[in-house]
Amino acid sequence: MLNLEYMWGLLPVLLSYLPLTLQMATIAMLFALVFACLLAVIRVTRVPLLNGFSLLFISFFRGTPLLVQLFLFYYGLPQLVEALVSINGVTAAILGLTLHFSAYMAESIRAAIVGIDRSQTEAALSIGMTQPQLMRRIILPQATRVATPTLMNYFIDMIKATSLAFTLGVTELMGATQKEASSSFLYLEAFLLVAIIYWVVVELLSWGQRHLEIYLNRAYQR
Amino acid sequence: MISLEAVTKRFGKQNVFADIDLTLERGEIIVIIGPSGTGKSTLLRCINFLERPESGRITVGDVQVDAQRASRSDILKLRRRTAFVFQNYGLFANKTALQNISEGMIVVDKIPKEQAHARAREILERIGLADKSDAYPAALSGGQQQRIGIGRAMAANADVILFDEPTSSLDPQWVGEVLSLMKQLASEQQTMIIVTHEMQFARDVADRVVFMDEGQIIEQAPPEELFTAPKDPRTQRFLRKILAPTGQPLP
Repeated sequence: MLNLEYMWGLLPVLLSYLPLTLQMATIAMLFALVFACLLAVIRVTRVPLLNGFSLLFISFFRGTPLLVQLFLFYYGLPQLVEALVSINGVTAAILGLTLHFSAYMAESIRAAIVGIDRSQTEAALSIGMTQPQLMRRIILPQATRVATPTLMNYFIDMIKATSLAFTLGVTELMGATQKEASSSFLYLEAFLLVAIIYWVVVELLSWGQRHLEIYLNRAYQR
Repeated sequence: MISLEAVTKRFGKQNVFADIDLTLERGEIIVIIGPSGTGKSTLLRCINFLERPESGRITVGDVQVDAQRASRSDILKLRRRTAFVFQNYGLFANKTALQNISEGMIVVDKIPKEQAHARAREILERIGLADKSDAYPAALSGGQQQRIGIGRAMAANADVILFDEPTSSLDPQWVGEVLSLMKQLASEQQTMIIVTHEMQFARDVADRVVFMDEGQIIEQAPPEELFTAPKDPRTQRFLRKILAPTGQPLP
């Protein structure tokens, strides 16, 4: 049966790699949010040229597997760009996660922006607001509320996707588990434990998400 | 003071209206009436470029804009001299009643926040909603929302307030409070252009009533004249049809 004693001893070891996992996910999420907002605003306001770029960008990063993109950034691009030869696994993973998830998030944010009723846009313009003021003060705050549940889903997905960084030689939560398992041969125990760790982290986040949504909905209570 | 000269608006190849002229003096109140789909709302929306007219010249106070050459900054200037009240209120759903009124003062007029809020509180007092200052639009009745919409227009300190069917989407029980707020503004010499189907209100408040049909201004006159002795047969037909069910005297 399960070697519980081994699992108990392994727990602090694996937990010590959790910060790196969360760090990669958080940094990638922040960059992805900013980038996705830019892409979404470009798509909604149809900025010439940039709009075409956004479409191509979203199409590529949604159309190819994350793992392929990570390999491209880590192993492929240095062949092309001299400066990237020294790119480390963590940076490549953050870059890949950022671009990949921003493509998905841009579409959610765009849908949320388009969903804000047109009369508020006209009202803001009628009092003399400029497009950027309208976006910043009226549209984006409301789109944030609409998009939050979906964006939180992406963040959860992102945390789990950091496990792919181990294929770039990064010893994060998954990489550490892999190493421990192959030296102890207790695969079931090690991978079960890491599954539980991911699960608990995601549950904690979901709990936070519920509170965030209540806060964001405060303007809409009758 | 406010003038439209030869304003023309097309949707695609179809003319909504062509060569519309209209002028009004400071403090004057004009009510535009006419059948649905004759371009009344579109005309109103052209005045602040929510719809861009194809040609013509629009003057509000010291701002003059030629539609064919209007730049972004021309349009912004024009919008700062006008205010607009929408049929479906258009309140900012993420802002409280107070913030809806102060938003323009803070963002557009760059008035310090404290001062803008103080001014917004005065306006809330005047529109009778001082107790709702922290309420969000979702928690307000239609009538209250529209009064906030009017309050927001008042805060813009505009040369003219444009009303686009301000009571048309209200439940009947809320129409009275909105009309009486508009009457209050009228008594304070606020310049207004109002598109409405409220004929009694037009009678009571307008200095001049403009009848539009099929993209043209058919006739305009003071209310007692237009309602009792309209010259054009189209005006007569329209007024008979719309006044008959209300029990108001027919022309």
